[in-house]
Amino acid sequence: MSAATLELASDEGRQIAHPAPAESPLAVRELTVSYGEKPAVFSVDATVPAGSMTAIIGPNGAGKSTLLKAALGIVPRISGRVLVFGQPLAQAMHRIAYVPQRASVDWDFPTRVLDVVLMGLYRELGLLGLVRRQHRERALACLERVGMAEFAGRQIGQLSGGQQQRVFLARALAQNADLYLLDEPFAGVDAATEKAIIDVLKALKAEQRTVVCVHHDLATVTQYFDHVLLINLRKIAEGPVATAFTAENLQKTYGGRLATAHIDQLKLPTV
Amino acid sequence: MLSAFVDALLLQAGYNAALVAIGAALLGIAAGSGGTFLFLRKRALVSDAVAHATLPGVGIAFMLMVALGGDGRNLPVLLLGSALSAGIGLLAVEWITTRTRLAEDTAIGAVLSVFFGFGIVLLTIIQTMASGYQAGLEGFLLGSTAGMLFADAVVIALGGAISVAFILVLRRPMTLVAFDPEFAAASGVNVRRMDLAMMGLVMAVTVIGLKLVGLILVVALLIIPPVTARLWTERTERVVLLSGLIGGFSGYVGAALSASAPHLPTGAIIVLVGFALFALSLLFAPVRGILAALIRRREFQLRVHRRQGLLALARNEAIFDGLTLSVLRREGLIRQDAVATEEGRAAAAKTLRDESRWAVARELYEDAAESARYDGLAPIESVLTRDAIAEIDRRLGPPAPAS
Amino acid sequence: MGADFVTLSLTPLLIGTLAAIACALPGNFLVLRRQALIGDAISHVVLPGVVVAFLITGTVSTWPMLLGAAGAAVVAVVLIELIKRVGRIEPGAAMGVTFTSLFAAGVLLLEQSDTSGVHLDVEHALYGNLESLIWFSGEGWHSLLDPAALADLPPELFRMAAAALLISLLVVLFWRPLKISTFDEGFAGAVGIPTTLFSFGLVITAAVAAVAAFDAVGSIIVIAMFICPPAAARLMTNRLELQVLWSVAFAVLSAVLGYVLAGYGPLWLGGQIAVSAAGMIATVSGVILALACLFAPHRARIGAPKGS
Repeated sequence: MSAATLELASDEGRQIAHPAPAESPLAVRELTVSYGEKPAVFSVDATVPAGSMTAIIGPNGAGKSTLLKAALGIVPRISGRVLVFGQPLAQAMHRIAYVPQRASVDWDFPTRVLDVVLMGLYRELGLLGLVRRQHRERALACLERVGMAEFAGRQIGQLSGGQQQRVFLARALAQNADLYLLDEPFAGVDAATEKAIIDVLKALKAEQRTVVCVHHDLATVTQYFDHVLLINLRKIAEGPVATAFTAENLQKTYGGRLATAHIDQLKLPTV
Repeated sequence: MLSAFVDALLLQAGYNAALVAIGAALLGIAAGSGGTFLFLRKRALVSDAVAHATLPGVGIAFMLMVALGGDGRNLPVLLLGSALSAGIGLLAVEWITTRTRLAEDTAIGAVLSVFFGFGIVLLTIIQTMASGYQAGLEGFLLGSTAGMLFADAVVIALGGAISVAFILVLRRPMTLVAFDPEFAAASGVNVRRMDLAMMGLVMAVTVIGLKLVGLILVVALLIIPPVTARLWTERTERVVLLSGLIGGFSGYVGAALSASAPHLPTGAIIVLVGFALFALSLLFAPVRGILAALIRRREFQLRVHRRQGLLALARNEAIFDGLTLSVLRREGLIRQDAVATEEGRAAAAKTLRDESRWAVARELYEDAAESARYDGLAPIESVLTRDAIAEIDRRLGPPAPAS
Repeated sequence: MGADFVTLSLTPLLIGTLAAIACALPGNFLVLRRQALIGDAISHVVLPGVVVAFLITGTVSTWPMLLGAAGAAVVAVVLIELIKRVGRIEPGAAMGVTFTSLFAAGVLLLEQSDTSGVHLDVEHALYGNLESLIWFSGEGWHSLLDPAALADLPPELFRMAAAALLISLLVVLFWRPLKISTFDEGFAGAVGIPTTLFSFGLVITAAVAAVAAFDAVGSIIVIAMFICPPAAARLMTNRLELQVLWSVAFAVLSAVLGYVLAGYGPLWLGGQIAVSAAGMIATVSGVILALACLFAPHRARIGAPKGS
């Protein structure tokens, strides 16, 4: 390796490029991820504003979940950088709570609802820390917030889809994080659950925490979120809902898959 | 050694050895092509449970024959017994998977270990019962061709031939079922019956292979050839054909090798010949091979970095990624101090143009196949016709001057 | 239960029980991770590992064997991953290719090398020699207090006890991350659990159990104990903590009942000689699993199985 490239390699370590605003909870730069030889996310730059509720929006297979997982280091990236609260991921990971897609786990696993929520205290409890009464009470309080306290002793396989999603959210609440990353929290849940989840997320925002959701339902975007990130392999647009969630940007993101009539229904401002 | 091997290959190493080699080749063909259907149905390891479940049947058949005053070593009767207990093992796997919450892999593991353990219990009983002479049933564990009777060799060769014929007759419906069960059902194939035939075939191959390769290794004949063949082709019929050829080759060459020198156990050698073919394929296969994958991965990474770098140049953004810089530098697109060369500016402008063209193309073509081929890297010229690009350019307006 | 029992049966019984526990503990996680057959694969590749270790060192001693077998397990796991990822072959078939080939290589190496002076052959590898692990100096229960007699206990007992202890400690120590990463790998990664390391570590632990048990009891018990007690235990309860306890109980029951049936069963039936204890222990574990499938309280699946 030549001296020049060595120097550049160390430059990378000092992260002098595109210094993200230090207060941004999540910033990705030139992030590229691929499964095999087909990119899933290509060269995306995005900055999530602190205290925002941001929706990641795009058609199926546009790389929304992949972007989230790459930001968390769960899937390897081909190139690019991730900064969490201005720091490399490893140093700030404890400030993130992640809610995976409900379908990603085996709900037949032999464990109870309360045990799943206690998993959220892993960083605190460590390898051998005893689960004390205060931990159990905190886990119960988290279940209470999502309206699931009475199910604490149930086997997780006995829950409905919406209830399972709420348990996942309770586990994330137990992590007491500054940044919440949720992968399609509203997919396949009942109306009551959707209401319960959005109430909790709005409460988090009120506590100055940042919420990022991979989101599917365009009809609820303006109602639930204040920021959007539109992607389809690349970033199409990002910004406040009022300026970025426009008919034009949606057309760019979804192409012809989104009928004009559908966009009209959303009653978006045209730029 | 070499001349002995050539002799064996040319079937000149004695009548028995020749029959064994032919039998092994037929068995290999039957196992390879039959195993393909199982493999494509993603149930390859069910054959492991089937194979291990043969042992109690062998033991019980032997004990029954002795109890009835016979010798106990009649191969067809032993094979019949093994087929029966293999069938029971298979039913047990299906019963556990459908009736309880346990997954199929757990059911397979439980059945294979328990049936095998019970078989060993029976073998130890037989050892004491058959005091005076060696029952020779241990040969079923790893196979043994030493001292094989002529009649046994005929049974194996015949069984192999019948299995091959069976596959020839049923290859079309079985291929359909393996490839797409729902489509097969819609086109009038009885999927349940084909599945049963497939399992019957696996049992037949296992049972025929018991004497030759042994029950622990016979699954290799059902699994290695299809996996090897799969590395070379994407088409179901070709996988079946190729797998049969690979199986037959492994069986024939393996049996010949093993006959050419002492201490070369037939079953193990056949499996290892198959594995050698597999290892070569895994290294060198054109699409799924390791070498091909490594080269492709590297090329892909370089393409990503090249395009990202050119886009950054075009947008006058600084580049900080070491790999990106070295890719651009190597192609003479930037100077040592990361400033774009004449050539680099031209390439950057072209890439930017490509990007804008794609943006228009994706709006124009919406769901069409052209849009689906958009992967962020392919130049638009490689996907769209010149006329289509001209239309896009018309919408875009004149190209921006290279900066 | 007299002096004969102490001399002939006490140590094999203990060794069999410890082996059963050592295998059943990691088996719980293998079964839940849909990796039950990794146990099958490992117990097959122990043979080539041990043979290679023997060929290199020329002796059948503990550490080389342990290293050889653990090495073979690592080779097998890496090969399986390679075939899965690069060749894009489904996991079952990838395992099938790997363990049969490695086992065949072990058989060939064994045939080619001179092992007449040592106790190393395929039958031994498959069903061990549990019955022969007798305690010559154990002349009665009082020998348990006699240091000279205790020093003469078969070394397999200490080896197996050490392995069982080590594995129990590992399971207790890493209980929490093991449980979390088994349930939800993505979440585990996001809270900083090194999931790849844990899944690899689990396989290595299973390999350690397989090697330690293999010498004394053979691979049949190893595979059966990896799978049957945890599977039966899963049907008894919906809590992982209790499942593990049940699996240990079933493992102990299989070992004790299997050993007793093998040693004394034929005598009760008027036979002359004992049958394979390893085979009988596997058989008993299978009977327990069958009973659990028929009658256990949590045998039925709730809803559809995963992936369908």
